[in-house]
Amino acid sequence: MSKDKSEYLINRKDNQYEVVIGLEVHAQVTSESKLFSTSSTKFGAEPNTQVSLVDAALPGMLPVINEYCVKQAIKTGIGLKAKINKRSVFDRKNYFYADLPQGYQISQFKDPIVGEGKVILDMPDGQKEVGIERLHLEQDAGKSIHDLDPKNTFVDLNRSGVALMEIVSKPDLRSPDEVNAYVKKLRSIMRYLGTCDGNMQEGSLRADVNVSVRKKGSKEFGTRCEIKNVNSIKFMQMAIEYEANRQVDLIEDGQSIDQETRLFDTKKNETRSMRSKEDAHDYRYFPDPDLLPLEVSDDFIEKLKLEIPELPDEKKKRFIEKFKLSPYEATILVSDNETSNYFENVIKKSDVKLATNWIIGELFAALNEKNLEITQSPISAGNLSKLINLIKDGTISGKIAKTVFEHMMEGDKDPKKIVEEKGLKQESDPKALEALIDKVIDDNREKATEYKSGKVKLFGFFVGQVMKVSGGKANPQLVNEILKKKL
Amino acid sequence: MSDITKQSLSELIKNIKDKKLSSTEVTKAFVERSEKSKELNAYVTEDFSAAIDKAKKFDENPNLDLKLPGIPMAVKDLFCTKNVKTTAGSKILNNFTPTYESTVTQNIWNEGAILLGKLNCDEFAMGSSNETSFFGCVQNPIDKDLVPGGSSGGSSSAVAAQLTPITIGTDTGGSIRQPASFTGIVGLKPTYGSCSRYGIVAFASSLDQAGPMAQNVRDCALLHEVISSYDEKDSTSIDFKRNNYFKELTNNIKGKKIGIPKEYRVDGMPKEIEDLWKKGIDYVKDCGAEIIDISLPHTNYALPTYYIVAPAEASSNLARYDGVKYGFRADGENLIDMYEKTRSEGFGAEVQRRIMIGTYVLSSGYYDAYYLKAQKVRKLIKNDFDEAYKKVDAILTPSTPSSAFKIGEKTNDPVSMYLNDIFTVPVNLAGLPGISIPAGHDAKGYPLGLQIIGKAFDEQNLLNIAYAMEEKINFKNKITDWWIK
Amino acid sequence: MSIDLKTIKHISKLSRISVDEKKAEKLAGDLNSIFEFIEKLNELKTDNVQPLTSVAETTLKLRDDEVKSKNLREQIIKNSPQENEDYFVVPKVIE
Repeated sequence: MSKDKSEYLINRKDNQYEVVIGLEVHAQVTSESKLFSTSSTKFGAEPNTQVSLVDAALPGMLPVINEYCVKQAIKTGIGLKAKINKRSVFDRKNYFYADLPQGYQISQFKDPIVGEGKVILDMPDGQKEVGIERLHLEQDAGKSIHDLDPKNTFVDLNRSGVALMEIVSKPDLRSPDEVNAYVKKLRSIMRYLGTCDGNMQEGSLRADVNVSVRKKGSKEFGTRCEIKNVNSIKFMQMAIEYEANRQVDLIEDGQSIDQETRLFDTKKNETRSMRSKEDAHDYRYFPDPDLLPLEVSDDFIEKLKLEIPELPDEKKKRFIEKFKLSPYEATILVSDNETSNYFENVIKKSDVKLATNWIIGELFAALNEKNLEITQSPISAGNLSKLINLIKDGTISGKIAKTVFEHMMEGDKDPKKIVEEKGLKQESDPKALEALIDKVIDDNREKATEYKSGKVKLFGFFVGQVMKVSGGKANPQLVNEILKKKL
Repeated sequence: MSDITKQSLSELIKNIKDKKLSSTEVTKAFVERSEKSKELNAYVTEDFSAAIDKAKKFDENPNLDLKLPGIPMAVKDLFCTKNVKTTAGSKILNNFTPTYESTVTQNIWNEGAILLGKLNCDEFAMGSSNETSFFGCVQNPIDKDLVPGGSSGGSSSAVAAQLTPITIGTDTGGSIRQPASFTGIVGLKPTYGSCSRYGIVAFASSLDQAGPMAQNVRDCALLHEVISSYDEKDSTSIDFKRNNYFKELTNNIKGKKIGIPKEYRVDGMPKEIEDLWKKGIDYVKDCGAEIIDISLPHTNYALPTYYIVAPAEASSNLARYDGVKYGFRADGENLIDMYEKTRSEGFGAEVQRRIMIGTYVLSSGYYDAYYLKAQKVRKLIKNDFDEAYKKVDAILTPSTPSSAFKIGEKTNDPVSMYLNDIFTVPVNLAGLPGISIPAGHDAKGYPLGLQIIGKAFDEQNLLNIAYAMEEKINFKNKITDWWIK
Repeated sequence: MSIDLKTIKHISKLSRISVDEKKAEKLAGDLNSIFEFIEKLNELKTDNVQPLTSVAETTLKLRDDEVKSKNLREQIIKNSPQENEDYFVVPKVIE
């Protein structure tokens, strides 16, 4: 890794500032039921239809922990190459809010289930390691809806009690780009593991962003502000830019930074202070007496390790070594498990280089245009594989293949059939081509002479004519070869 | 008809099983007596007509194999009873009707018993005299204007006055044993984790336990068999092999070693209590058991520990009473205003005091000095018992430092009220089982109780010792029905 | 450790219970006498003692990932102070 990395700096007249960022990512655990209660976690249900007696904090109700959520947290910890704590404790975080029915959130304070780990980012100028401080399990809160009524807030408790993993990074991030890569990597790892679907539009993944600034070269940390509940990567980046500049402006002006909690206003693209009360942060954590410490055995953890699939970093390494892909190509193909599976299926019976180019190029472009995930691709891996083979064996040219591809996007058809039905087979018979070429040369005697006397540019003209006359079906390679001979 | 209510639970069950009495007859008898006893103010909610209907239905097709066949029973208003108002003695839940049943009461109904109504108690189980209830004081049937103890004051009063043949209360620092002692009945607090806390309005989660309050030890054992069960819905419920407490009850305790902890001999202990304890020692010897002097060195720190831990947990458990989802709500200009008004109008003074204490001891800067410290001392207290139980099978102490006091006598001094729990609190802190049996009377003729503390999960042994001693003591409760016009 | 009016007001804010001057004074008095009694714990040295985590002598039981509680909306909203059938309704927080 080169030391002269392109750094993200905030420039002012006489000073340069670097930005220090730490993220607390809240990832909703993929599970059927909630962390401490047996109601459903499905997204999009009618308000208050997925609320159990425990979720509504009725008198006498008690929490019972979901084993699957524990497993999901441990698996995520394994994916983050982190220390799994065999003994962890659930604490109550006490505060009052309308969407917090118990008047406390069950979380983990001093003894989280997962300890230190790390995530490797693939940045344009090399790899960067971002430290993970810890991961813990906690309950999500319900939703407060403020805009249905001028005087009142409406509360929907469907989300209350859903299991969240809070992943706390060390303050190792230094730019909005790194934050982008970090969140995407985290998301990718969890999707591979199946522990979180990373669907930011549905709120499965959100982050509190901690931002501070310091003069370039300084080793001390500045005062940080926390921007709460940012639910898209784009907003995170915008919030960081705004906040870093705001802090720098204050420092340049001789003022100090107040440590505070802020919100990102998505309409004005700026951060603003939440009305802070002195007592806002006294959560009076204490171990939840309705629960006992969580203890997992080595055996329990080992069994989970066996369930871990090949993760992005390992897969990328394998793709580079086995398939001779470039790091750039490998990174893209392993970014999620579905894409890498698709790729591996395509190359089972077809050329790796072509497959790589077609997937990263044509397929991704077409899917993006139609706003589809690869799992929703109209073209199956098998059929894309067939298309690639048709190119490889010369049945069609690369150009024709694009046309066939377009037809395939309309509905998953066998490319061979399309070629036949539409008569798109390329003409590769040398004799037939010779005849065509002879005719073209004949019809263009003058230009042929000009070419022979040095006007090499006219080669393209001849190629074009041959293609025109053949209806685009002439095998371009052969045409080139034969034309060269004849001219 | 009046004789029916004088019968013990076991006698009633036998008579119903022998078809000498019907459930309807029995239920009507208790309903009638309860209706005449309104001055005691033991009930918050009466469910009498529904009870009689259920009794009639039972009689149409009686299942006499059940353990509590057709037996009418009122229960402390801390147990959530489906479709029957449950108030926890508080204004803040005065309009609350649960749509669910607590596990302990479900166990009781499953064995054929019938709900008579909900019994008065100190608000959210915080109190030792039933004087903090939103629904007013309860009278001790022993004498007018005497407290019945608390927090299960309505329960103890109802059993002593025979308004219900038996009942269940809850005990966090003595709330079953102390009122049992004050009213001359038997009260058992089981080992922590023996009875499910699901559906019981929570006060202090690491201390609360439900338990039977009965006229005698046999009845107590019978009900305990029914209510003690492992419940998956309560993470602190313990799956251990439970005895058939009633069937295995025996008065043979020969050779058992009973410990006498010297630290329980507190400064200024009234002579009557001291004498009662000495008599208790004699009874133990009479039963063929052995007396051994033991030391529980951290006894004196139990009350202060309790008054940190219990309020701390309560302050968090009572945060859900915020007027948002259920219960009383005061109008407010905004959310915080609504919370503040709801909680200061909805909670009584003692509850507010304890919430404040609890919030303070958990707050930033004080957690280590108070809450953490208290949890450490709690460990020391538990260790004391663990050490003692290497030498003895059970421990004998007085239940309370005095007999029942007058209503209003201690309400101005919270600390003096707290001292009522001095002998009972260590047992909750250590999670052990403890039983109070009536053992004598003081000079005023008011009942005094002796407490036996057992090893964890060793309720059978505890009940046996209580059973043996009860026989020797031969206590007669002096109930004159003074409140019945 | 003396508990003053300022502390009472702070705690009452944390616990969302309103206090007026008179009530605050009474509470300060009560709490001070209670805390005098609690201070007794300081007599004990507990540096090397592990705090008790639970008297329940068991380990945390783990439950299966099954949805057992279905749509209870009617039941849970039934006891709420406001008329709305779909939501819990509260006065707004002042932002």
